[in-house]
Amino acid sequence: MSNVKCECGHQIKAGTEFCESCGKPITLIEGQKLLNMRYEGVARRSKTSQKTIVDKIWNFFSSVKVGIWIIFLTLVASAIGTFLPQEMYIPQNITPADFYKDQYGTIGFLFYSLGFHNLYGSWWYMLLLASMGLSLIIASLDRVVPLYRALKKQRVTRHDSFLKRQRIFGVTPIIDHQESIEKVSNNLKEKRYKVRKENGNILAEKGRFSRWGPYVNHLGLIIVLIGAMLRFFPGMYVDEILWVRDGETETVPGTDRKYYIKNEKFIFETYGEEDEKFQETIDEVGNTIPKTYQTNAILYKNKNQGMAGAKPELVQIKEGPITVNNPMKIEGFAFYQTSYRQGEFHKMRFELEEKESGETFGNIELDLLNPKTNFDLGNGYRVEVLDYFPDFEFDSEEGPITKSSLPNNPAFIFKMFTPETPEGETSFVAIQQNLEPLGENQYKMTFSGLDVRSLSGLTIRKDHTLWILGIGGFIFMIGLIQGLYWNHRRVWVQVHGDEVLIAAHTSKNWYGIKKDIEYVVESTGLNIPADQAEDKGEKKND
Amino acid sequence: MIDISNYLLGGAFFTYLVGTIFIWGSLSSQSNKSASRSNRWGAISLVLSLLGLCLQFGYFIIRWIEIGHVPVSNMFEFTTFLGMMVVLAHVVMFFIYKTNIIGLFSLPTALTIIAYASVFSKKASPLVPSLQSYWLKIHVTTAALGEGILAISFVAGFIYLLRVVDQSRRSKSTFGIEFVFYSIISTLAFAMISFAFTAMEFETTFKWVSETQQEEELVYKLPAIVGPPNGEVVNSSHSFKSITEAPSWLNGSQAPRKLNTLVWSLFAGGVLYFLLRLLFLQRIGAKIQPLLKNINPEHLDEISYRSVMIGFPVFTLGALIFAMIWAQEAWSRFWGWDPKEVWALITFLFYAAYLHLRLSKGWEGQKSAWLTVLGFVIIMFNLIVVNLVIAGLHSYA
Repeated sequence: MSNVKCECGHQIKAGTEFCESCGKPITLIEGQKLLNMRYEGVARRSKTSQKTIVDKIWNFFSSVKVGIWIIFLTLVASAIGTFLPQEMYIPQNITPADFYKDQYGTIGFLFYSLGFHNLYGSWWYMLLLASMGLSLIIASLDRVVPLYRALKKQRVTRHDSFLKRQRIFGVTPIIDHQESIEKVSNNLKEKRYKVRKENGNILAEKGRFSRWGPYVNHLGLIIVLIGAMLRFFPGMYVDEILWVRDGETETVPGTDRKYYIKNEKFIFETYGEEDEKFQETIDEVGNTIPKTYQTNAILYKNKNQGMAGAKPELVQIKEGPITVNNPMKIEGFAFYQTSYRQGEFHKMRFELEEKESGETFGNIELDLLNPKTNFDLGNGYRVEVLDYFPDFEFDSEEGPITKSSLPNNPAFIFKMFTPETPEGETSFVAIQQNLEPLGENQYKMTFSGLDVRSLSGLTIRKDHTLWILGIGGFIFMIGLIQGLYWNHRRVWVQVHGDEVLIAAHTSKNWYGIKKDIEYVVESTGLNIPADQAEDKGEKKND
Repeated sequence: MIDISNYLLGGAFFTYLVGTIFIWGSLSSQSNKSASRSNRWGAISLVLSLLGLCLQFGYFIIRWIEIGHVPVSNMFEFTTFLGMMVVLAHVVMFFIYKTNIIGLFSLPTALTIIAYASVFSKKASPLVPSLQSYWLKIHVTTAALGEGILAISFVAGFIYLLRVVDQSRRSKSTFGIEFVFYSIISTLAFAMISFAFTAMEFETTFKWVSETQQEEELVYKLPAIVGPPNGEVVNSSHSFKSITEAPSWLNGSQAPRKLNTLVWSLFAGGVLYFLLRLLFLQRIGAKIQPLLKNINPEHLDEISYRSVMIGFPVFTLGALIFAMIWAQEAWSRFWGWDPKEVWALITFLFYAAYLHLRLSKGWEGQKSAWLTVLGFVIIMFNLIVVNLVIAGLHSYA
């Protein structure tokens, strides 16, 4: 097929269904009563070029049918992933393979074997999303360009066969049409149509911008998908967990020692008696409903950042509570309250005691993360810490060992010096244990107190993709509303000898345009056009 | 005060019920050709919808003031709110299309939803830290409004199907219609048996090993047809013995009790449905169809489609965009593949497919009406199954 010239003088691209300018049908299927108005009957690339491999790919992804299949497959895959918990939500202390098998039996085993436990991160799910993106781009381009051209080129005066094949169409034989058409024109303006006139014919149009709605919202979605894709590149976002003990200051990871954060105190509260409104619920479940997770935090900036070997010099820049819905924010970084741990051993206190008399000779306090090793109690009384096991366990081969550096089960070997025992006595002290490995002692270390403290788990985030996603989402909503809350309505009024032809078309909401037409035609002496699809029980066109 | 708000809710329920009677009454008189009475009854039903809406809005505001936060934070509150949104969407559609016809099923749908809601605990629940945000009122209400409008597309689509499906012979379509009726009846049956057995103070306590591997007690308020796996009766108000045990892979919180309730609902729904069939001596759809003969099906198709066009952007804004903004504030990530999030995405994808099929593939009439029915099933799945069965961050009960 090559390009042809329409009788109105317009050059028509091959594959066009009717002339973009005057609407004269070119490729009319026999017996076709209504024109296919979708995309204004334009020739789309996917319908005209089918030779090369690029054409084939283009044609595949430009198809709405393929698009719907991609949506449907994504939908089904997403649904499958929700029936058992995803890997990220299962307990950490068990391997996924065992977890799914033990918990859910054969179904769990299959779920795990097929890779559904990490479905949303799987390559084939990514592939689905990628093809959705491709489909959005190609299908939109394939339609929007020719559609734009067609709507721009449309003439007021149309070929009568175009009007006759509109879904809403009516004829009125009338001699003096001048006045009627003037009335129609005014009524159309009243209904806020843009009215164009040419040789006594009318094209009234409104809401054309709604035709771009689908392409605008697709653009928004493409931006969202690109934003989501950018997250695969390192450096686009920071996502770290930082545990800070009460009273401690830590370097903020991901900031290259620029920021330091101090947890002054972590506060955990549950609903209790003072919350009278909820008493009934509290009585039922007990005082277990959490009310507050809060870290009183101070944020510092390191003035010596970037200076190699320099000690950090901290300047306070922000202070305040971090709670679950109120992250602390600074320069793109946000600190979220996401976790906590209570009751970690902080300090232990012991007294040096003479066993026989029970007389004591002073206190020592041990910071369990970083204990001092020498305590001078005066008058010749002195205690040394020979060894410290923060997470004590007795190994049958190696003797006392520590499982980790966390003070979960602290144990000490003390050496006690007194004027009476200048050589020193050795004592092994753990929780509820007091051993004298080198023979009977005169003195002992008596446990006299323990401080515990909380740890606050803060999530540190910096996300350079958020603004892209935000813009994408915004454009998507605009496009959605533009396309769905408005519609493109056109009314043609044309004089053809002794007859006045009225035809109308809308992209959607036929109920609305019929009401418009009734209003416009009323008391003009013209017949109200009929809905040809309804009358003949024929399938609608749009 | 909380009592007053509960009375208002009861009043709203009753008003919707009377409104339903009037709208169906207007229909049967329509077929008798007494047009003026039909119009009058239709108008009364509209006034009742509006009145019910005002009463329920009163319940909502008073409860809000009383408990100090927007009452959409537990299953009872959210579900009643959803019912209110269905009626609101119905009223909005009335003012666009000047027809009350969707009231035939929108009011019963709202009634069923509210009846379902009333089974859950009405106690005010305090907000856990993640819910303490102004996004609670924005996100949840917008999402519910979107779902309410989408529910109207189901309502109009379903009436369309009742109107056009050939009832002279059995087909997949007639089966589908009956199945929808059966589902609605089962939901109502669920509410009824829950009230009945609560009134009779039925209670069985089991000892069992829960999904978290802990020995716990499980209290059944309905006679246990399905007991917990390896459960032991601790005490019981009656001598009814459980017939079978729930499979152990059911993993939601208190899953065996919920399965038992489901079995009861389906069973009681089946009995009720059977009685109706016995009463009508024909399919329910076939019984109703003659009443609808004056309704223009094209009009219903249009209303159904329009509801999706209006509801889809609202749903997207509330259930995805606002949800993501809030998730970013509260949980540090806008998307976490939590089941509720995924099902909101699925709902979104489904209606996106609907719009593409309708706009580009010319799916209209019956095909598109069945899609709206399916869409409503997905929304209900997200409300009921995802909240109660699939464990996740959004689990309410």
